[in-house]
Amino acid sequence: MNIPKNIFYTKDHEWARIEGKIAYVGITDYAVHSLGDITFVELPKIGKELKQSAYCATVESVKAASDVFAPLSGKVLTVNTQLVTNPELINQSAYEKGYFFSMEFSNEAEKANLMDAASYQKYVEGISK
Amino acid sequence: MLKTPLYETHLAFGAKMAPFGGWMMPIQYQGILAEHAHTRQGVSVFDICHMGEFKLQADPVLSGLDHLITQNIISMPFGSCRYGFMLNEQAGILDDLIVYRINKANWMIVVNAATISGDLAHLKENLSAGCSLENVSDKMAKLDVQGPQSLDVLKKIFGEGIGKLNYYTFSEFIFDQETCIISRTGYTGELGYEIYIANDYVGRLWKLLLKDSRVLPAGLGCRDTLRLEMSYPLYGQDLDINHTPLAAGLEKFVNFSKDFIGRDALVREQKNGPKEHLIYFQADSRRAPRHGFAILDKGRQVGTVTSGSFSPSLGKGIGMGYVAGNYDIGAQLVVKQEATEIPVRIVKKPFLKKTSLYELRINT
Repeated sequence: MNIPKNIFYTKDHEWARIEGKIAYVGITDYAVHSLGDITFVELPKIGKELKQSAYCATVESVKAASDVFAPLSGKVLTVNTQLVTNPELINQSAYEKGYFFSMEFSNEAEKANLMDAASYQKYVEGISK
Repeated sequence: MLKTPLYETHLAFGAKMAPFGGWMMPIQYQGILAEHAHTRQGVSVFDICHMGEFKLQADPVLSGLDHLITQNIISMPFGSCRYGFMLNEQAGILDDLIVYRINKANWMIVVNAATISGDLAHLKENLSAGCSLENVSDKMAKLDVQGPQSLDVLKKIFGEGIGKLNYYTFSEFIFDQETCIISRTGYTGELGYEIYIANDYVGRLWKLLLKDSRVLPAGLGCRDTLRLEMSYPLYGQDLDINHTPLAAGLEKFVNFSKDFIGRDALVREQKNGPKEHLIYFQADSRRAPRHGFAILDKGRQVGTVTSGSFSPSLGKGIGMGYVAGNYDIGAQLVVKQEATEIPVRIVKKPFLKKTSLYELRINT
């Protein structure tokens, strides 16, 4: 299971890579493996105000549809439009080419609700048992 | 939960397993999309051991067998198969099945896994006492070998003779001194074969098939997307006791020139037309309609999706479902669940019109 260091994780298997006031958001390798082949993504609109842990996107695999939740509160800056026609990028590169969107996050304190790589690793191992 | 003789083999291969019809079955190995594409372009092998098989020794008329099946089985040539239904008196579908005629009075009936015990009870109740009916589901394994290269692969194992099989015919072949039945049938829309063999031999056959570098294992996940692209119905989803072959638009598998259980109800239904119709629809987007979604016409619910998925071959969402009333090809509807709304257009079946099944059927 690929769990890169220096990025943050949620219990719902989203990740956030923080660069200054901007966070890049996607779903983790664990999420991708449980979903299987991803066939469709609905991304949030640019400018949309997101709330931490609230619905922000939809991802569909051949077998099922799943909600994606915002790892932080803030405004959507850019979306990865490549995913609209090539959702398989998420399967191929969950943490790089398969990112969903970037956002300007509004509350530093919310970072405390996220896990680092080591905690997320333990969390995932706990689920698998 | 029941396990097929290949259960351990699937685990060792890293398959994702999930329950299906009371069985732990492989859903996928490398991934549904890759397995789907490989079946359309190359050749895949599927573990279908969960399905039911009955062997029957009976005169088709005296035993009452012909009276139980919507197709005329008396006219079946030896070595042929026919797809049809068993109905109740109200013409509700008890099961869809394939009848194999081995010779004058010997038959094999292949049924769905979840309906084995119900079918068996229905057959026992309605067949005359003189005929012998045996449920061989627990002894008999089944592998489906499907894809444009399936014939070439099977020739290497079973000999050139398999090339003589026409669509919906079968013959006996020898594997490891064991007799097995191979029919040119399938559930994928590609050239393909279904192999019925005793449990003890299926592990060796599976291994031998996979020794051929052209063959890859495929799971029930892509079996579902493959059959859906061909508009083949799945019993329990698209067909059930609450719907008739007329509602499902499958009257070509019903022979009205003979008597059978459910015929009177079907004739009555034919007069007024069925209340519901199974329709096939395609989305303009990649978004998938799903089982249970509502089908809306101008905001009003007119039906329910029975099967739906992303179509790997078309790159669009596709599905089928029953609607009240009559709709023409091209009609615009919406499928909906909660906040998800997918505009769809009614299309003619099958969704996928060019496959190796059609190309090769013309030649035989």
